[in-house]
Amino acid sequence: MAVQKDNKQEDNSRRKFLRLGVLAGAGTLAAGAIIATTKSKAEATGEKIKVLTTTGEVMEVDKNHLNMAPVGIKESHEGVPGRKFVMVIDLGKCKNARKCVDGCQKGHDLPRDKEFMKVYLLQDADKTAPYWFPKPCFHCDNPLCVSVCPVGATYKRSDGIVLIDNERCIGCKFCMTACPYSTRIFSWKEEEAFDKDIPHSPEKSTPGVEGTVSKCDFCPDLAKEGKLPYCASACPMGTIYYGDMDEDVVTNGVETFKFSELIRDRSGYRYLENLGTRPNVYYLPPVDRQYPVEGGFNGLEQDIKDRYKDTPFVKNFKGEL
Amino acid sequence: MSSESSAKLLKEFAPQLERTSLAGKIWIGFLTGVLLLGLVALLRQITGGHIVTGMRDNVVWGVYIVNFIFFMGISYAGALISGTLHLFRSEWRKPIIRMAEFITIISLLIGPVFILLCIGRLDRLPYLAFFGRIQSPITWDVIAISTDIVGCLLFLYLAILRDLASLRDYKELKVPAWRKKMYLVLALGYTGEPEQLSRLKRATDIMAVMVIAIAIIVYSVLAWIFSVTLQPGWHSTIFGPYFVIAAVYSGSGVLIMAMFVFRKVYHLEEHITKKHFVNIGVIMLVLGAFFGYFTFSEYLTKWYGSEKNDELLIHILLDKYYYMFIISNYIGVVLPMVVMAIPRFRTINNITISAVIVIIALWLNRYLIVVPTLESPYLPIQDSREAWQIYSATWVEWSLTAAGVAMFCLLFTLASKMIPVVQVSEVSEERIGPDDLDLGL
Repeated sequence: MAVQKDNKQEDNSRRKFLRLGVLAGAGTLAAGAIIATTKSKAEATGEKIKVLTTTGEVMEVDKNHLNMAPVGIKESHEGVPGRKFVMVIDLGKCKNARKCVDGCQKGHDLPRDKEFMKVYLLQDADKTAPYWFPKPCFHCDNPLCVSVCPVGATYKRSDGIVLIDNERCIGCKFCMTACPYSTRIFSWKEEEAFDKDIPHSPEKSTPGVEGTVSKCDFCPDLAKEGKLPYCASACPMGTIYYGDMDEDVVTNGVETFKFSELIRDRSGYRYLENLGTRPNVYYLPPVDRQYPVEGGFNGLEQDIKDRYKDTPFVKNFKGEL
Repeated sequence: MSSESSAKLLKEFAPQLERTSLAGKIWIGFLTGVLLLGLVALLRQITGGHIVTGMRDNVVWGVYIVNFIFFMGISYAGALISGTLHLFRSEWRKPIIRMAEFITIISLLIGPVFILLCIGRLDRLPYLAFFGRIQSPITWDVIAISTDIVGCLLFLYLAILRDLASLRDYKELKVPAWRKKMYLVLALGYTGEPEQLSRLKRATDIMAVMVIAIAIIVYSVLAWIFSVTLQPGWHSTIFGPYFVIAAVYSGSGVLIMAMFVFRKVYHLEEHITKKHFVNIGVIMLVLGAFFGYFTFSEYLTKWYGSEKNDELLIHILLDKYYYMFIISNYIGVVLPMVVMAIPRFRTINNITISAVIVIIALWLNRYLIVVPTLESPYLPIQDSREAWQIYSATWVEWSLTAAGVAMFCLLFTLASKMIPVVQVSEVSEERIGPDDLDLGL
């Protein structure tokens, strides 16, 4: 009985964590793993911060005692206990504002050419409607990229997230050919943002390392702080929902839904389900759209516009885009 | 028993080993020059990063992987041809089997270098051993290729042991003292006693069987690197046998080329005759028919069912890669058949020309397997940068490719300076009559 009760309490606190963190926004809770290393010499400020421990308990720690350094390689192999992260992208809302791309690039110190989040202009068949398709990593439950890695540099965590350890990756690019979603990108050259003095954190995907593979990391560092990923919080349309499948809740920061009900009521689906990779990113079909597809070209720079010049939609479009 | 005839043969081959002609020196100098160019390219890639290649996020594997498959292919072919001919006790094989063994071992040393060129972090190569995961086909490949190198080296060594002993015993050989010493050490005290001979023959038989088995397994593993992925054009059940057949096919071509070159350069007309070309040509014909059959099955099923992404791939192959496709999958199959099928066409020159075309066709075939698939992923490539959409190899990649070929030629040349390209001991053992050579054609 006692054990059960404890579990219940733990569940409650977790639920509270997610609701609190996600709804009230940043700052109320800090990363659970952070408290593992506290600064011993710093003086207490008296300002307390609520943090979540790795066992799911909420406790208060003095702000100055927190070591805000990103989670290291070893710790980032541990998934957040009791979580199964999931993303839902509402294609009806996307108008190709590209704020998700910008926010992600800023958050991960990516140069302009490198994108973890990509926005495609898709059209399933000649007569079907074209739509904008934001595509992060799908963090598959049957990830081929993980299966084929010869050194275990890319791995699947208990919370469903697939990460890359750029200090382990040998750069064979097998994972890039194994991924059917063209998700992974390679660091073909040394970038300015690659700071060799900062230890690499797979959870933050920073700093990048030349000659290795990187990709969307589902922002577990932000999730631990109760924040939405960079893409979701940057989207002006609230297109991207993020949450926990075990908790059955997703939110875009404005609206919160029960994940199962959202998928049921809005006919959610996974992209290329037939490949059997079992993604953890779900899409809501592009129905009841608030913006016409061509609106996605407004204000785009020319080289971004040029990306879509070979799509049937652009080729058949009469007028100026 | 055969030491006298062996000595007579050695006398004939001694000039190859003793001195290098002016043309030979120019040839070696030229190859060294190409290798130096490759070195410059390599340094450029190491200092500049992989951005100096034509590979980008969509086409992550380019001509390096093509060369890797190509050189591994001719290596396995050498192993299969020499192993099979050895086991079948084909008498006519004897003057050419050494070349097949050289091809095996030399290309086996060059092939893996190309996969290393493709790896982003060469400094972390030891991780393959420290953190190796047996689930990964790359680990299978590492195990398979290292087994293959050991097996093939052993097979080659057993095959040359008797020649090394002959060279050691041949006192008139005018070579530097270090080479005499090398022959002395490497001959391992072999004197040709019946006991030694029977053991050697037994060991060679065992290794010949092993080498055939290893070659088939290793090349299938290489094919599985592609076919375990879900990519259209790679995700195919027949890739294992298809790769094995393609490998042996290309290898028979390289063997014919080597026979032609060494016959001319070392004046081996007496030992390597038209019959040898015709016989290997027939092997090439049979392999070509198999290769054509596999290629046809592979593309027919993709084209007929026309699943969306297969259709896109076929479209790219027949549009952008039209000429490559024709050369590799039509001319490369039909030409050797025509040359071999019509007796009037069956000349040494014609057979060699069709062998060269087979080699080119098979290199292109691998290019068509690797690159177009990466250019037609499930999600359309939407990028404004041309280099990111389509693949075009840069001078760095071409220089290193040329360096690989030059290295192959150079090692072959040097090997032929150390050990006769024709097996002295076996050829002298049983002189071959013209009837033995006939395959019935």
